[in-house]
Amino acid sequence: MTMPMYVSPEQLMKDRADYARKGISRGRAAVASTYADGVLLCAENPSNTLRKVGEIYDRIAFVGVGKYSEFDQLRIAGVRHADLKGYSFSRDDVDALWLANQYAQILGQYFTHEMKPLEIEMIVAEVGEESASDQLFHLLYDGTVMDTRGFMVIGGEADTIRGRMEEEWGQEMALSAAVSVSVSALAGPDRTLVPDDLEVAVLSRENGRRAFGRLEGGDLAGLLD
Amino acid sequence: MTLPLYTPDEDPGPSFLGLLAKLGLRPSQPAEPVDSALVTHGTTVVAIRYRDGVLMAGDRRATSGSLISSRSMEKVFPADSHSGVAISGVAGPAMEMVRLFQLQLEHYEKVEGVPLSLDGKANQLSVMLRENLPAAMQGLAVVPIFAGYDQRSGTGRLFQFDITGGRYEEGDYAAAGSGSLHASTVVKLRHRDDLDGDGVVDVAVEALFQAADEDSATGGPDPLRGIYPVVARITAEGFERLDESEVAERTDAFVTSLGDSYR
Repeated sequence: MTMPMYVSPEQLMKDRADYARKGISRGRAAVASTYADGVLLCAENPSNTLRKVGEIYDRIAFVGVGKYSEFDQLRIAGVRHADLKGYSFSRDDVDALWLANQYAQILGQYFTHEMKPLEIEMIVAEVGEESASDQLFHLLYDGTVMDTRGFMVIGGEADTIRGRMEEEWGQEMALSAAVSVSVSALAGPDRTLVPDDLEVAVLSRENGRRAFGRLEGGDLAGLLD
Repeated sequence: MTLPLYTPDEDPGPSFLGLLAKLGLRPSQPAEPVDSALVTHGTTVVAIRYRDGVLMAGDRRATSGSLISSRSMEKVFPADSHSGVAISGVAGPAMEMVRLFQLQLEHYEKVEGVPLSLDGKANQLSVMLRENLPAAMQGLAVVPIFAGYDQRSGTGRLFQFDITGGRYEEGDYAAAGSGSLHASTVVKLRHRDDLDGDGVVDVAVEALFQAADEDSATGGPDPLRGIYPVVARITAEGFERLDESEVAERTDAFVTSLGDSYR
């Protein structure tokens, strides 16, 4: 009779984490940051159809990096959950914290119980009535949730990009300044990103009930100039 | 409430109604006929195509039998950024239908990343009406009008429905509710292809005024309380509800123009 090989739990978790991290670091990065009118979501994404940034609800948006099919499934589940909650109770009762916690549970469950962990990292952002109540939640592949003020970076080379953001980013920036800081942080000193390489959206207090809006084509080019 | 995650063969797709059905959250149908004097009815709504798009308008009265149950009910709603829905019939299911219809369009747009086509939206409303047919047979009938600006063809389009889910695209105007006969006669006589944004408001105001003049369930303008019809224009710029003061002004101008013949 063959005995199953013994693997220590520490080693098992480490292997899983390495696996997930490797998958995520292969993809391109995304940045979420607060600016004067709300939250800016900026991802490096040459595809015009396979989106990384999405609208979840009136004041809530989603950014995912890593394996597209995995984070897109969670994005859709988030839309369903938010619409159901808003329909059952009221639109005001839908919040980002609850969604982030649900995501964390799913990610944690995959990490410990499934064959392989989800190779994704996500941001759930909510724009508040004023800038002090804007919220950014960072979700890791193992279900860790972090709540950060200001900005956060996910995906490949996140540490380097975070360093560049720390140097340039400031509170209550205008949209054009926030876009150019995020885009140059994503690009680094040796590259220039053009609108076709980017997926940019905002959750803006100026947009009325549905705060989410994409910045594309000419509008984005204008902000990058 | 846990996160609704589905395996591919269980997935309800971009339909919010499909999701509700999957979770067993669709309302059950009434087993017995409902006394029509006990439920609130909304009455007359019209939609008129004009040069820049389409206009929707509705009176403000709701009735239960021969009683007035509301003087300031709203019957014209945005369905999404470039379309609107106006309701007549039993108010409770009608309001619920509007809420679900709005959600269905928004849900589809968020899940798929692009909005439904205008025909797709009209079809969705048609499906909801067909599902409501058993309730309609028990006295809970809802008859909406759907209108929108078709960004693909660059024109306003409007659709009329019946309780079975029948969907009928109309050319120039549509009306529903107890006063619809009178309202649509006025629109039919006044409609011109070159109606502009102001002219079409005048036609709608006159149509609702004449409907209220002939039909007890349709509310006329009420200057005493400052209640006027709800009027909205849908153009390339999107759904825009007119200011109450603007409707009041057009209504007053129309009433003045009637002169002494109505005294």
